[in-house]
Amino acid sequence: MSELSYIKRPNRGLKIYAAAFLTVLYVPILFIPLFSFNDSLYVKFPLSGFTFQWYIELWERSAVWDSLGNSMRVGVAVSIISTILGTLAARAITRSRLPGQNAIVAFVMLPLVIPGIIFGVSLLILLSRLGVSLSLYTVTLGHLVVCLPFAVATLLPRFEGFDKSMEEASADLGENGWFTFWRVTFPLVLPGVIASLLLTFTISFDEFIMAFFLTGTDATLPMFIWTQLRFPQNFPSVLALASIILLVSFLLVFVALWVGRLGLIEPEESQS
Amino acid sequence: MSSDGFISIRNVGKSFGSFRAIDSISMDIQQGEFFSLLGASGCGKTTLLRMLAGFETPSQGEIFIDGQPMSDVPPFERPVNMVFQNYAIFPHLNVRDNIAYGLRKQRLPKAKRDAMVDEMLDLVQLAGYGDRKADELSGGQRQRVALARALILKPKVLLLDEPLGALDKQLREQMQLELRRLQRSVGITFVFVTHDQEEALTLSDRIAVMQGGDVLQVDTPNALYEQPRTRDVASFIGTMNFLDGRVLSRVNGHTKLDIDAVGEIDIPTPHPAIVEGDRLSLAIRPEKIVLHRAAPDGPAMQGNLEMTSYLGERSHFHIRVPGCVEPMAVSAQNADLGEIRALEEGAPVWLSWHDDALIVLDGK
Repeated sequence: MSELSYIKRPNRGLKIYAAAFLTVLYVPILFIPLFSFNDSLYVKFPLSGFTFQWYIELWERSAVWDSLGNSMRVGVAVSIISTILGTLAARAITRSRLPGQNAIVAFVMLPLVIPGIIFGVSLLILLSRLGVSLSLYTVTLGHLVVCLPFAVATLLPRFEGFDKSMEEASADLGENGWFTFWRVTFPLVLPGVIASLLLTFTISFDEFIMAFFLTGTDATLPMFIWTQLRFPQNFPSVLALASIILLVSFLLVFVALWVGRLGLIEPEESQS
Repeated sequence: MSSDGFISIRNVGKSFGSFRAIDSISMDIQQGEFFSLLGASGCGKTTLLRMLAGFETPSQGEIFIDGQPMSDVPPFERPVNMVFQNYAIFPHLNVRDNIAYGLRKQRLPKAKRDAMVDEMLDLVQLAGYGDRKADELSGGQRQRVALARALILKPKVLLLDEPLGALDKQLREQMQLELRRLQRSVGITFVFVTHDQEEALTLSDRIAVMQGGDVLQVDTPNALYEQPRTRDVASFIGTMNFLDGRVLSRVNGHTKLDIDAVGEIDIPTPHPAIVEGDRLSLAIRPEKIVLHRAAPDGPAMQGNLEMTSYLGERSHFHIRVPGCVEPMAVSAQNADLGEIRALEEGAPVWLSWHDDALIVLDGK
């Protein structure tokens, strides 16, 4: 007899399924770093040799650095603004008795399921009607639409997870709403704020569709990659760039998930 | 200024939507008093406490603290502090910073502030625990931190929302004593919410018994136990036997009653409102009833012993009396029982009592 409970009993079929699932998901992606070190202009087997050439080539092209700078600027702005807005929204949703609260949450989350191309086209129409010329600002606006639901979704559990009486205790001890927020609410949701910053930055950094519609003359990194695909001789360095982006994105998301969960379990113990 | 007490509650009511949590309540709490709000859950006691703290706004009426109307004063400007049911210790701060939390506005030099925190740590017997985090504290220690955090601000009133509810029995009894000691030494008015009648009787100077959003009676523990005014209060505090009867006549402060299942008796009555012909309810405590094996002189009830519970120092009896719906509960010291102890269940017994043991209740 196994000492494991029914629900925890190992299941070979499920293990195989899980392994197959992860393989199908990630093997295609692994080809990108693989070919980025391949000493050949063409993506095909057999591999012809190991090289850092494409990475060096990447390093030496100023257009890469320009677009990287653009993406960083947009990403930082988007992550800060969407996290601030997300914090305010999450607090309003969890702390006040709003009429039609569920509908409001649904509307905030809606951009998650509306195709980006629709949002992109509609924003483009709106902005051109208003006579706003396309620039990094319009890209930032588009990315805010995409990132805000992620910020709210990351922050909501933090706000739901801590006890309302903490804020009441602060008020009782003489602090008004603003100081209560800074001295109690903010430190308690801080891991969620950091997670939201990292996550929204990553999303903005990788975003293509909105950028495709809303970019003016300054390209973001994904836009730069898109334009490079037209030139076969540049393709291996695109692979090198994609590999770097993959690695950084993975790291950021992992850190975001890890930080976002910090301390989520312990405060609950104080409740009777 | 329309206040008689230190805290004066005037016609205060609270509705949540269509739910009436508190009807119109008026009462006064004196300075330095240990005052308890006692009632079952949902009786409105916590709502009343939260209105004192400022977390809920009364739907009607006014609360005065030290003569000042409170309706326009937000929680962070009221001269009250609260110990929350779950203590609400800030998890991101250590014990010292939790205790010093409310001192920011006073802009004290650090040395002065540290001295005040040390003094509080001593007062609640947590010296040496200053650097611990909230999650490194036991339930009793959290409660002490919550107390220190509130008391360091020297509030005019300390509000306590069932602060002992989460502790186990032994620790609870220890903390009861400590709370009492603390209240005496700091001299602050305590308003204490509890559903535990024993706790309320042990700790309080006065108790307000609440039910269904109403205050039934405000009195000292002794008066609540010995002279409950209504059947609800009488049955809520301790065990009580009830008898129904009719007023036959009133002469010279004595009242002649015809009590169901007993017959005619004469009692001295302090109750001015009783009129000839009225139906009334009487109450009598189990320990005020005397058991006999044979009919005693004077008024008595005859019944049969239904059940005996032996509790060491005392025994409880249930006696089925013809004409009474509920069996009569009787409690006696085993040392005083004598031959009664040997009685079989079902044996006939007689119940008697002193005249002053009968409590005349209001209503019906």
